[in-house]
Amino acid sequence: MSTVVESHDHGHHGPAKGLSRWLFTTNHKDIGTLYLWFSFIMLFIGGGMAMVIRAELFQPGLQIVQPEFFNQMTTNHGLIMVFGVIMPAFVGLANWMLPMQIGAPDMALPRLNNLSFWLLPMAFGILISTLFMPEGGPNFGWTFYAPLSTTYAPSTVNFFIFSVHVMGVSSILGSINIITTIFNMRAPGMTLMKMPLFVWSWLITAYLLIAVMPVLAGVVTMMLMDINFGTSFFNAAGGGDPVLFQHVFWFFGHPEVYIMILPAFGIVSHIIETFSRKPIFGYSSMVYAMASIAILSFVVWAHHMFTVGMPLAGELFFMYSTMLIAIPTGVKVFNWIATMFRGSITFETPMLFSIAFVALFTIGGFSGLMLAIVPADFQYHDTYFVVAHFHYVLVPGALFGIIAAAYYWLPKWTGNMYDETLGKLHFWLTFISVNVTFFPMHFVGLAGMPRRYPDYALQFADFNALISVGAFMFGLTQLLFLFIVIKTIRSGKQAKPEVWEGAGDLGLEWTLSSPPPYHSFTVQPQVK
Amino acid sequence: MAYIKKVFAKLVFATPILFSPLAFAEKSDYNMPVGVTDVSESIFELHMVIFWICVVIGVIVFSIMFWSLWKYRKSKGAVAADFDDNFWLEIGWTVAATLVLVWMAVPSTQVMVEAYDDAEGEINILITGHQWKWHYEYLEDEVGFFSNLSTSQEQIDGDVPKGEFYLREVDEPLVIPTNTRVRFLITGNDVIHSWWVPDFAVKQDAIPGFINTAWTNVPEPGIFRGACTELCGIKHAFMPVVVRAVEREEFDAFIAEKVALAEEERLLTSKVWTKEELMARGESFYSVNCAACHQANGQGIPPVFPALAGSQIALNDSSKHIEILMEGVQGSAMAAFGDSYSEVDIASVITYTRQAWSNGADGDGVIVTPQDIVAYKNRIDL
Repeated sequence: MSTVVESHDHGHHGPAKGLSRWLFTTNHKDIGTLYLWFSFIMLFIGGGMAMVIRAELFQPGLQIVQPEFFNQMTTNHGLIMVFGVIMPAFVGLANWMLPMQIGAPDMALPRLNNLSFWLLPMAFGILISTLFMPEGGPNFGWTFYAPLSTTYAPSTVNFFIFSVHVMGVSSILGSINIITTIFNMRAPGMTLMKMPLFVWSWLITAYLLIAVMPVLAGVVTMMLMDINFGTSFFNAAGGGDPVLFQHVFWFFGHPEVYIMILPAFGIVSHIIETFSRKPIFGYSSMVYAMASIAILSFVVWAHHMFTVGMPLAGELFFMYSTMLIAIPTGVKVFNWIATMFRGSITFETPMLFSIAFVALFTIGGFSGLMLAIVPADFQYHDTYFVVAHFHYVLVPGALFGIIAAAYYWLPKWTGNMYDETLGKLHFWLTFISVNVTFFPMHFVGLAGMPRRYPDYALQFADFNALISVGAFMFGLTQLLFLFIVIKTIRSGKQAKPEVWEGAGDLGLEWTLSSPPPYHSFTVQPQVK
Repeated sequence: MAYIKKVFAKLVFATPILFSPLAFAEKSDYNMPVGVTDVSESIFELHMVIFWICVVIGVIVFSIMFWSLWKYRKSKGAVAADFDDNFWLEIGWTVAATLVLVWMAVPSTQVMVEAYDDAEGEINILITGHQWKWHYEYLEDEVGFFSNLSTSQEQIDGDVPKGEFYLREVDEPLVIPTNTRVRFLITGNDVIHSWWVPDFAVKQDAIPGFINTAWTNVPEPGIFRGACTELCGIKHAFMPVVVRAVEREEFDAFIAEKVALAEEERLLTSKVWTKEELMARGESFYSVNCAACHQANGQGIPPVFPALAGSQIALNDSSKHIEILMEGVQGSAMAAFGDSYSEVDIASVITYTRQAWSNGADGDGVIVTPQDIVAYKNRIDL
């Protein structure tokens, strides 16, 4: 790929017309768009489920739904947000941006790319259809601990297992494509240590995905065998081990957590350097920090299981290894702040979301550090304190990263500037409501409210009402985001190629026109 | 080394004092309970130490960030500098972060070692999580009982006002003696549950096939309320834990009464029961143990929880009916009740479900007696 590609023009390679453009497309931008819209739709479906949960929890007592349906809502909310919103959104951003950031015409494996997208609507179609079946959908939590998810599960669990398999195949294919693209299609002169940080974050994420998605596939296959073929992997009565399920699940689950945050690290690094008008501080330590986080993520899994009855040495090992993760994460936060220090800072919407990301993700990091402390975790475990923690790293963390990326690159994608006033309004409403929703969860958790409860004791009532109000506000605010995105696609001030002042030097994507040509770089640029 | 340890201990425990006007050490609705045992107090202190360390780091980091955002804003004419690394600064903050973590790890390890102890207790209690109630068995005295939620369905549905201990009250709390080392052996009967009493800082998963241990030593009498903290199905939120700690004499009297009651139960098995007696006892057993799934009207929630009213088994097949109660139904939520309840209870609830609704008129109306259950058990034992 390092040979110079001759410039040639066979007339215009535009997209096909109508529905077939989307069904059969092999173009990285079209597939990126499909991923992003898919994720956006799932955000409203998964968010709708969160609204049902919050409506029921607005007051003590059972008013709106019964516990059986409530459990289906918490389970599917979790599954959809993790596998249907955050992950596809990052893959969509990777599809759009990787070829443009490394100076390539497209992804390395375009047909595989089409397949890995179209598997997703199938997987989620299957999953969501279970909610309409007589026995109801999965109701055992997104972590689906056996034997609640095997011996005691509704028979629709088989659809759930199949859908997880399909999602896994989609993720693995997508990751192979990303790794192949990054290793083979970089512009001449772009060495690994010159790659944009978003590319680095995705290279590491793709390796994590390839390492752990087969583990997830393994664990759901063992469930399938237990349910249908009489094995006893997780059935104590047959000599099996319910705790084995948790070890295997979290060996997947913890790297999965970093899969959902590493690409956001990459995005936020670009945005902060752009709006500070100053190159990212400590580029190489940023890369090493991400790599360390990824490697450590394989040796911390049992910190989700401090109450299953591990030996003392096991509890201490997983406490120490988990605390270690604070070091590379802290380094990243310090680097972002050092990038802002002595910059020339402006506060456009993507920057606002990125600043909020740094601040609120750090709060999620602090509660994570507290949760790592085993004896204290005996009190925090499975309470709303945990719910507060992981929503802080996933909503103002991963989701803010995605929203920031959308504002940052939308003018590049569409050629139109978004409405800055509406963008700022969206930011402030989101910022306020996200904290009204998730901050009080720390307090109800510490005061003793367990998670996954459809009904609760009276002393938690005030905070829960407040949390619900925040959640409704947060949900409604995202309709404004939808409006802004559609408005930008349809009209807006014409965006320049560099879009943001001084961004022309920051990455190859800003050297292309806005919107960029259908095949991004037909001639490979030279990177100095 | 000993000196370093001492300095660390001082630094660590000085931290909350530095902020004492702010420290909300009192039991409150928005912080972790201090609890009543030595372990729970140590854990609370540790929690506050880690919390304040995080607050201090947060204040420093956020101050620098917001100060930079303010000071270097372009609208004020800030011009960007052109540096992008500083080797010693990066080494410095990496080392600083590591030191802070070591500072946190030392007291954490100490408290963990204090809390972790699986030696036998003076009193040993086997706690079994069931869908959706707790069973407590005093191993020394071989007596046990179930502890069910006592909040009424009307309160949950909002038909009557909710009581002070809504969802935190049970028909029969666990009773333990004060100033005694009590060890809990915790296991699960069906799915994984988790037994949590915040005031003791005891939270331990109840896992089928495993016996986990936890312990406590409560210094003063009182009523302590907790919850199930592992998702265990539809009634996960409706199986609270209530523990009553009493003086040793009161505890001994409680156990003596339980032993006497158990003896009385055993005698009841050989008694000749009338249909009415069985019906009365069966109805109350049904409402506590069966109605959650099969519903008070016997209609169940098909297809997950089958209807009993009009069921062929309840109408015409009493031997199958006994077998299901005793052994459970493999692959469903129906648990085996045989080992957990007395022959009298099983016989009475079978009789009740064969007579209630219109089952008595529609079916064979067979009455199952405790002697039938004993006969079933003897047959199986052979």
